[in-house]
Amino acid sequence: MKVLVVEDDRDTAAYLAKALGESGYSVDHAGDGREGLFLATGGGYDAIILDRMLPGIDGLALLGALRAAEIRTPALILSALGSVDDRVRGLRAGGDDYLVKPFAFSELLARIEALLRRGQTSAATTKLHVGDLELDLLTRRVTRGGRSLELLPREFQLLECLMRNAGHVVTRTMLLETVWDYHFDPQTNVIDVHVSRLRQKIDKGFDQPLLHTVRGAGYCLKPPE
Amino acid sequence: MTIAERLRLPVPRRPLAAAPLWRAMRRVGKTHAFRLAGLYFAVFALSVLGVLFFVYWMSADFVERQTEATLDAEITGLAEQYAQGGISALVQIVAARSQGNPGDSMIYLVTTKDGRPLAGNIANWPANAAVTPGTLSFTIETETKGHEETHPARGMLIVIPDGYRLLVGRDIRDADAFRERVKLTLIWSGLLALGAGLAGGAVMSRNMLRRVEQVNRTAERVIGGNLSDRVPLRGSGDEFDQLAGNLNGMLDQIERLMTGMREVTDNVAHDLKTPLARLRARLELALIGGADAAAQNAAIRAAIDEADRMLATFNALLSIAEAEAGAGRDRAAPLDLAEVARHAAELYEPVVEERKFALRFDGATGVMVRGERNLLSQAIANLIDNALKYGAGADGSGRREIRLSVRGEGGRAVLEVSDRGPGIPSAEREAVFDRFVRLEPSRSTPGNGLGLSLVRAVAHLHGGIVRLFDNDPGLMVRLEFPAG
Repeated sequence: MKVLVVEDDRDTAAYLAKALGESGYSVDHAGDGREGLFLATGGGYDAIILDRMLPGIDGLALLGALRAAEIRTPALILSALGSVDDRVRGLRAGGDDYLVKPFAFSELLARIEALLRRGQTSAATTKLHVGDLELDLLTRRVTRGGRSLELLPREFQLLECLMRNAGHVVTRTMLLETVWDYHFDPQTNVIDVHVSRLRQKIDKGFDQPLLHTVRGAGYCLKPPE
Repeated sequence: MTIAERLRLPVPRRPLAAAPLWRAMRRVGKTHAFRLAGLYFAVFALSVLGVLFFVYWMSADFVERQTEATLDAEITGLAEQYAQGGISALVQIVAARSQGNPGDSMIYLVTTKDGRPLAGNIANWPANAAVTPGTLSFTIETETKGHEETHPARGMLIVIPDGYRLLVGRDIRDADAFRERVKLTLIWSGLLALGAGLAGGAVMSRNMLRRVEQVNRTAERVIGGNLSDRVPLRGSGDEFDQLAGNLNGMLDQIERLMTGMREVTDNVAHDLKTPLARLRARLELALIGGADAAAQNAAIRAAIDEADRMLATFNALLSIAEAEAGAGRDRAAPLDLAEVARHAAELYEPVVEERKFALRFDGATGVMVRGERNLLSQAIANLIDNALKYGAGADGSGRREIRLSVRGEGGRAVLEVSDRGPGIPSAEREAVFDRFVRLEPSRSTPGNGLGLSLVRAVAHLHGGIVRLFDNDPGLMVRLEFPAG
């Protein structure tokens, strides 16, 4: 997997390159907008991590130019500007996800992985599987090992999000954004309680747990080894 | 005047009085008030001079016309006599008229072709009168009360056929004296009017300057750092008082904002110093405990948690600042308030259950507001969060009951969140909206003291208000929005 990091701050760029490298990605780095646009147009990248405020061409203009040239490489915008207005502007300019600085690397990694998978689960899929857990998007039925599970609508959405990202970390913020469409951090850790309820329903009474908590990052749904 | 006033009053005046005169004048000359007064004075002086000159000209002209009319009438009469009785009749009538009333100022003289007088009340042809027909000015010697006087006169010379000459004139000394008197009167009254105008203008512009000066002094002192200084009011309610009142109002607002800002900055500095110190201590501990990898990891993890909490505080501060700055106003859309509240409540539902609370929701659907969903949700979430944290009381007392309700009331959308906890004393119900304010019993519980600040900022952003009430027992938070 090849990732392009367009970031003018040397420290952040070096940190990203090192951390992404350790996670198995090959990383190219561009220090300004022009170089970034040049590299991105050259293609061959699976994802782009883009700072918003760049010398030369700023991040959003770069994205606009890319999208105008029909280059659809998934892009994650990284920015210190975190208001809802800023997010909306970033996503409208062609960004696929928006992460506010400062960020936890686990959050960035989880989001990049989600971006990379986005193209894979085709819209035609109506059933999701993880181990012996099955979720039917049409009938909205969930079964594990043939046993039907009673889920509330919100729990169903939660599980769908986790199953679409099966095998990968999904952070609390990602769940809050995709399932509730909330872009703020509740003071109480409400997501944990929602997830633990879901866990009760899908893992209780089964030998092998599917839903795992990843410390300091989020949750991961994966089939037993 | 009290001594204090005596001492204070001269202060704004001193620079005017103490500076060398020319400098003071130059300074005054540069002021708008002076220029305005100067302009008015020029216009005033011009019109006064114009009026006076007109009066003078009119009265002089009148006197002259009167003289000419008298001369004309006299000449017409004499011409008639001449026409009827020839030169002898003319001589006769002139002689008769010359004898007439001595107080009369008329002058008559008939001479032969070579200037020999035939009749008249002057002895001979005036020395300085030209011998050409028409109007002429000359002087005559008369004897009044025993001494000789030279009087100005005006007359007409008519040359009669056969070379006889007739001079009819009038002593215009009195007329001249009258004219002189008029001139003098007018000059004096003109000077008086100009003097009064100048003095009035000076007083007015000085008065205006003094009040502007007061405003300037106050502004200078405020710039110099004394934010509590205010422009003195006279209580007259005039434009200057209004200006001073508005300036004072502006200064009040600035002072309020400055105080608020200073408090926020102080609080931010204070509230972040503690976690920063903890963070530092943890990292230091990790460094010292070098050998034990597990302990080191734990310390680093704790440090990251601490940093995350600080970031959360910063994010909350930024959200409040954004809401206060009016962010999201352009994304406002019609929202069903009950729907928004129900969603937020649903997010908290498992936590409510886990903490053994009961959340009752009474939502009337169709209560619409114009707003930004995310911010409204965050505000409602904060209120539920607070009810969960404090609704049971610090010692766990209080019924664990939260009520969330939405209803329309008199064209307004009302949202209430109430609990059965210890509530907030009425004296502190305003203060809790300020950033970082946490009441004593809750200081030990987790929280950053920013929740209600955001609620208020969001309420204001939507043109609404937030108030706290006694739920007897417990706290009731009421948000009111204009219906959308």
